[in-house]
Amino acid sequence: MKSRHKKLALIGGALAIVGIIAALVLNALNSNIALYISPTDVAAGKAPQGKAFRIGGLVKDGSLQRQADGVTIAFVVTDTAKDMTVHYKGILPDLFKEGKGVVAQGRMAADGTFTASEVLAKHDENYMPPEAAKAVDDAQKGANKHVSPSSLSDKPKASY
Amino acid sequence: MTDRFNLYKYAAPATFYPLAGKLIPWFAAASVIFGLAGLYLGMLVAPTDFQQGEGYRIIFIHVPASWMSMFIYLVMAFWAAIGLAFNTRLSGMMAQALAPTGALMAFLSLWTGALWGKPMWGAWWVWDARLTSELILLFLYIGYMALTAAIDDPRRADKAGGLLLLVGVVNVPIIYFSVKWWNTLHQGSTVNLTKSSMATTMLYGMLLMALCFWMYSIAVAFMRVRTIMLERERHTDWVKAELEGDAR
Repeated sequence: MKSRHKKLALIGGALAIVGIIAALVLNALNSNIALYISPTDVAAGKAPQGKAFRIGGLVKDGSLQRQADGVTIAFVVTDTAKDMTVHYKGILPDLFKEGKGVVAQGRMAADGTFTASEVLAKHDENYMPPEAAKAVDDAQKGANKHVSPSSLSDKPKASY
Repeated sequence: MTDRFNLYKYAAPATFYPLAGKLIPWFAAASVIFGLAGLYLGMLVAPTDFQQGEGYRIIFIHVPASWMSMFIYLVMAFWAAIGLAFNTRLSGMMAQALAPTGALMAFLSLWTGALWGKPMWGAWWVWDARLTSELILLFLYIGYMALTAAIDDPRRADKAGGLLLLVGVVNVPIIYFSVKWWNTLHQGSTVNLTKSSMATTMLYGMLLMALCFWMYSIAVAFMRVRTIMLERERHTDWVKAELEGDAR
């Protein structure tokens, strides 16, 4: 084995070790790296007690309620298994919509609802012209979920 | 180092210098052509997006810049491995020549991402895994440049920088897969080898812009590597001959 091949093997080995270390560290930090937890996680008691955290999911169809002042808002975040009511006072991002993704930062209230201090919209990775989106949407209504215009298509259609 | 390396003739700075010089105008021209075509498709032909309206068009800069920032790092790490294993002169120079472009791409990616995040998500910045790991990539580039600049002997600078590059390469798959592995605000990847969830004209516009960024990166890296070669090899005969040729 020539010395430069030895060196190359050494570099490869060192890289593998660094990779394994990184994988283990990231695995251990897993819960800290996630930006948000789902309503199911909250129901399972994984939410940090007495601390601010973020929940994420879809805004449940038909759940959005605005007070007369226009900035006091309540909606339900769902991961299709569990739901969670979120109260928020402030301006919503433009992409905030029922049936679309949302990430809210805030705290749990005593009654099990979530009081958000910040609401962010999470959009999906699909880009298409409005006509195409409408066509997919129509086809979906006809054939009841076949092609998905977005990753959120599997949401339950039941209204809140 | 005699006969065996004949195959790698262009690994010698003396032969690579003129070759790079000849190629630069071609890559620069290709970059302009791809860029004009990509911008035309992206800004004028591609349709409006169904949920983001016109705002999504920043994708034509954001995604190519992000791709390049990751790819350039991989190329630099490749050169670092070659340099450390085979002790070649060119590899360290290539890594150094690529670093500022990589840093620029990482910065562009973060900057356009912030401009995009504010209107769409409602925040300039969130500490999610994708954004944070891309920020670490920018720091790795800056760290590499600072480290190599701080060591006077270029061969030692290459070695130290090479080690940093190799350790940092673990960050690249983390950036790429972060949106799969963790809950992030950043959406998943749109373009995959098997299928892309994007209208065709949008996709072509983006791929043309990616080609434009590729050609640009190669052209400026070649320009930079030529300067580095002259500087490092200034005591050799070929550089003296080259400079006399220029003066004539």
